[in-house]
Amino acid sequence: MNDFLAARMQMAFSLGFHIIFACIGMTMPVLMAFSEWRWLRTGKTVFLDITKAWSRGVAIFFAVGAVSGTVLSFELGLLWPTFMQHAGPIIGMPFSWEGTAFFVEAIALGIFLYGWNKLNKWVHWASGVIVGISGVMSGIFVVSANAWMNSPSGFDWVNGKAINIDPVKAMFNAAWLEQSIHMILAAFISTSFAVAGVHAYLILRKGANAFHAQAVKTALIFGSVAAILQPFSGDFSAKDIAKRQPAKLAALEALYKTSKPAELIIGGIPNDKEEKVNYALHIPGGLSFLTHGNFKAEVTGLDKFPKRDRPPVLITHIAFQIMVASGILLAFISVLYLVFSINWRHILLKKWWIVLVACATPFGFLAVEAGWTVTETGRQPWIIYGIMRTEDAVSPMPGLHYSFYIITAVYILLSLIIIWLMKRQISSISQYYNSANEI
Amino acid sequence: MLTIIIIILGASFLLYTLLGGADFGAGIIESFAGKREEVTISKAMAPVWEANHVWLILAVVILFTAFPLVYSSLSTVLHIPLMMVLLGIICRGSAFTFRHYDIVIDKSHKYYTLLFRVSSFVTPIFLGIILGAMMLGRITFDTTKGFYEVFVAPWLNLFCIVMGIFSACLFAYLSALFLVGETTIERERKMYVRFSKRFMLLTMLMGLLVFIAASIEGHDLLSDFLHSVTSLITLILATFLCPVIWHFLNKQKNKTIYLRIGAGLQVSLILIGWFYIQFPVLIKMKSGSSLTFFNTQAPESTLQQLLIALLAGLILIIPGFIYLFKVFKIKSNSQ
Repeated sequence: MNDFLAARMQMAFSLGFHIIFACIGMTMPVLMAFSEWRWLRTGKTVFLDITKAWSRGVAIFFAVGAVSGTVLSFELGLLWPTFMQHAGPIIGMPFSWEGTAFFVEAIALGIFLYGWNKLNKWVHWASGVIVGISGVMSGIFVVSANAWMNSPSGFDWVNGKAINIDPVKAMFNAAWLEQSIHMILAAFISTSFAVAGVHAYLILRKGANAFHAQAVKTALIFGSVAAILQPFSGDFSAKDIAKRQPAKLAALEALYKTSKPAELIIGGIPNDKEEKVNYALHIPGGLSFLTHGNFKAEVTGLDKFPKRDRPPVLITHIAFQIMVASGILLAFISVLYLVFSINWRHILLKKWWIVLVACATPFGFLAVEAGWTVTETGRQPWIIYGIMRTEDAVSPMPGLHYSFYIITAVYILLSLIIIWLMKRQISSISQYYNSANEI
Repeated sequence: MLTIIIIILGASFLLYTLLGGADFGAGIIESFAGKREEVTISKAMAPVWEANHVWLILAVVILFTAFPLVYSSLSTVLHIPLMMVLLGIICRGSAFTFRHYDIVIDKSHKYYTLLFRVSSFVTPIFLGIILGAMMLGRITFDTTKGFYEVFVAPWLNLFCIVMGIFSACLFAYLSALFLVGETTIERERKMYVRFSKRFMLLTMLMGLLVFIAASIEGHDLLSDFLHSVTSLITLILATFLCPVIWHFLNKQKNKTIYLRIGAGLQVSLILIGWFYIQFPVLIKMKSGSSLTFFNTQAPESTLQQLLIALLAGLILIIPGFIYLFKVFKIKSNSQ
């Protein structure tokens, strides 16, 4: 493996690993605070049990998220020193705010996890709320920095140097808002559906009880609202990308030729040599409508860009299809959930519904990983869109592939241990929490 | 403005050395202690280690925002030791949390413990090596010189390795002193007192060796110290604090707070003294030139925004941090 590819793979792998923990770190505090609040209001121990059971899992995810995040802050330099040398002063500001938010989060989490018996109940609850708020804030700051790579602003690029740097403008670049909204909704969807799914699975295996039923309900409340909002956020993003990064849009839709009207290509396998998509479903005018709200509008294709400026079409297109399909599936389940919980509550107890929720477990995270692949691969060959090429930013150190192998091995091992630990935690739920035995 | 940023960077580095260092040291101390100590150490570290660790992230963020060339240069030429530090950080944090949160206690705890201890040794050693490499002046960016000269030689030498061992000893010393106040069992307390004394002596010895190794490697650290009055005074003060702390350690009822203040002062004095002879140099290079705070600083507008973020952040962080320590450290001690 050549070093440039190894560096890209290592970065992708590290981010793909960290993003799971980041999503959990943003969502679970909100879910726990909500559950604890219901306990404080109703006095029912089932909500306290849920909060406590979740917090044991969250402690593990949070710690691994914290260390893998630290690794990223170093990896940016270890792998892309040239990028950081120029980008550091421009996007250092959101990173320093992120550092602050993460600091607050770590402090409040320490208080939340270990302060059960030491603090006033409401102070304890407030610490959970602070964890949630600071978690979401740190997510916004990091995504803003990433959005800047897609939509660089707040500087002038003169002779290979950034001058007239304006960090505030850089942070509030054209992409920061849509990307942040999309990411935070994604975090809530992926985590909530995973949590609901695991509890649903346990209902199927061990029979219904108050503990799992309430856990599913709490998670689905957040997950379904987010999943219904997400397609709108996605549409907003796609329309914006069409303007700002037409090459990315063309790659993710696998549109090789500029067309008027442009058809929407669903699925299929893009073939770069022949510049066409095999085995796909084509909807005439579909893409024109989605990007410009008009079935006859022209959409820029990859042919408008020289070959060396095009993103890899195959990966971007397929990842995009996976993301959209997963998103639509979850949005559909969410609509059903809301409809059923308004008027047909008995359906929520039916076996087929619980099976459906259990089957939905991985799709949120699948969408997150696919979506992250779309935004990162779709930006290639640029590390700073239109300014700096990824290949020009890579570390000159020979043998980078060794660090890729090591990091990959460590992360795979960690993932396996965490899955195994979660299984152990889950299998002992009924031992520790009485409500898990009530019917 | 630059001055305040340098002070905050220095303070985060100092706090990471003190707090994060004590956490690393705990893993080292645990290796020499017993089963019961493992429980005390876990309990003492669990609520605070993540927050302690964030001081490092803060320092890194300040470095790449305000002194980007220093960050990118370091991460290029010191790739290997930095990678080792990262592996150490991942393994230690994960292993510690797994051990603390794994509901079922069985053989797996042995592996968590092993991983936790090994990485608690390895990480401080490589942190010390990196610091040593920044001072020693063997760093070069001329990649035509070959892999070994550019990516290995600057840090793989006697001085850097002694610096690494010195850091590990210092962290273990800090941790032992800190743990004296964390237990209510007399036998265990006595054990930490013993460890504190041993590691104090060991750290002093390693400190001496740092100077010797420096002169062997042709870096006259001693004369640097002798030429700066401030640094000399801080070094002497730090040394004189040793008998004072020893005296407090011998008392039947240890005044935990004096021990902690004493150790905190010692480490601060050493770092301030070192900072004085080093300032404003961050990386000394083979060519004789250096990367300093002044020749690598980011533009004014960046520094201004960074400072706003840092100050606003500190207003939020400091009370939170004090509250965290109050809840878990001071309350538990007074019980």
